[in-house]
Amino acid sequence: MITADLATVLPELLLALAGLGLLMFGVFHKGDATRVVSVLAILAFAAALLVMAKGDTQSITAFNGLFQVDRFTVFSKGLILLAAAFTTAMSVDFLEKEKIGRFEYPVLIVFSTLGMLTMVSAGDFLTLYMGLELQSLPLYVLAAYNRDNQRATEAGLKYFVLGALASGLLLYGISLVYGFAGTTQFSSLTLVLGATEGAAPSMGVIVGMVFILAGLAFKISAVPFHMWTPDVYEGAPTSVTAFFAVTPKIAAFTLLIRVLEGPFGQLGHQWQQVIVVIALLSMFVGSFGALGQNNIKRLLAYSSIGHVGFALVGLAAGTEMGIQGVLVYLAIYLFMNIGAFAIVMLMRRKGVAVEGVDDLAGLSKTHPALAYVMAGVMFSMAGIPPLAGFWGKFYVFMAAVQAGLWTLSIVGLLTSVVSAFYYLRVIKVMFMDEPKGEFDRHIGKPAKLVLVLSTAVIILFSIFPGPLLSSAKVAAQVLFPG
Amino acid sequence: MFEIGLAHYLTVAAVLFTLGVFGIFLNRKNVIIIMMSVELILLAVNINMVAFSSFLNDMVGQVFAMFILTVAAAEAAIGLAIVVVYFRNRGSIAVEEIRELRG
Repeated sequence: MITADLATVLPELLLALAGLGLLMFGVFHKGDATRVVSVLAILAFAAALLVMAKGDTQSITAFNGLFQVDRFTVFSKGLILLAAAFTTAMSVDFLEKEKIGRFEYPVLIVFSTLGMLTMVSAGDFLTLYMGLELQSLPLYVLAAYNRDNQRATEAGLKYFVLGALASGLLLYGISLVYGFAGTTQFSSLTLVLGATEGAAPSMGVIVGMVFILAGLAFKISAVPFHMWTPDVYEGAPTSVTAFFAVTPKIAAFTLLIRVLEGPFGQLGHQWQQVIVVIALLSMFVGSFGALGQNNIKRLLAYSSIGHVGFALVGLAAGTEMGIQGVLVYLAIYLFMNIGAFAIVMLMRRKGVAVEGVDDLAGLSKTHPALAYVMAGVMFSMAGIPPLAGFWGKFYVFMAAVQAGLWTLSIVGLLTSVVSAFYYLRVIKVMFMDEPKGEFDRHIGKPAKLVLVLSTAVIILFSIFPGPLLSSAKVAAQVLFPG
Repeated sequence: MFEIGLAHYLTVAAVLFTLGVFGIFLNRKNVIIIMMSVELILLAVNINMVAFSSFLNDMVGQVFAMFILTVAAAEAAIGLAIVVVYFRNRGSIAVEEIRELRG
């Protein structure tokens, strides 16, 4: 029994041991261990990915229903592990150039990723909470990682306060759901809430669900819970921002899908209204907020708020096709953002990192290759066909239209046009403006790899959409049995 | 005879929770007060959990409360550490002065 349970959590077990082992290794290693520990951490991510891919793809629950593994969790965990590995790989050069390389950095990322894997696989609110906190606590530390920098520590402080508040909201919601439904287990909750079908569901459960929704909306930085995002993205070191922008967001988003479609699946009518409003607001704030930004990290922060809004459109549809669209969107979002952040990390002049959009001026003349990659990423984010970003938007909007959510789709299209303005502004600055001076020439191997990969996915997705589409479909089917 | 029931516990927890949330947003003085408000929120949740656990005759709520206590301790440790590094850089932890990052 216990061996079967342990076999189910093998990827998590592996990461936990890797994290502890790397911590010891870093402490006893003479000299700077950042590079070695980072490489080992990436190997650990790869090993976890392999173990997971080799494992059973049937739906399994372990530890008396506390933990569940199925194709949906495998898909989400695959994205999370890929994102964690890529962002760690990109970080090493950046950290060394900023002279803030310390071996704790990759270790914190390993523990945070472990938390994400746990929460994605949660089969009970207890596991969900533990996973979420294991994810968040290292993230607070990472935000304030550059501890001698006033802006980084301020970012850490803000992230901590709002993150703790979000956990509080989530917990209060969990306590209400527990009290009024009598259980915290997802499978029993589905039964309890399903039994009252026809009759109005208990008010306590609905209030609790809204609190849980608010807590998770904080974690994916959906409006109106987005206030921390631009500040934290701007203040934290760029490598940390790159990690923040992809990994925890994908994890929290898939968790949100799991919670809403799993235990609260019976309350679809109730949560759909909330998700529609959040999606509308996120799309608005994401497109209009970024218009006046000159800091590229702040701009990408608003862009990520907008992307969350678009992805929420698919969730609002609440159909299998909608969820499939969201999963495809998240995968494409991953590759677009690691590309964009890889370039932001390369923006440094005479050893000093610069972050202004106008610092990109004339990039097409000084570094044509970088300029073309960045242009590709920006076009894709703006949703210009035939790049991957267009298809991401296409699938979620198609699902929304099929579910009859016309207002949402039309507003989504309009805000997507508005957001194209600021993406195109970046391209205009790169290709039309006079160069402001060269960036440092050195581009590390990991950065090159990430840039090539990101470009490849952005361009090739429209030619070979098959593998991603079908695996997302299989993952989404798990949530809609029968 | 007047008896204290589930509703009373839930009311106390709701009041504590609201105080905690307002403590975070209305407080203009000190980050430490924000940390105390966060603790207040978590304790409100614990009261809820234990009250429901006793009412439902179910142990899950109490187990949950133990987990929350543990995580709250870890969270407070990390929060205080961040406040300390912030104070080192800034020389102040007044909430009004935390505005280097804005736009």
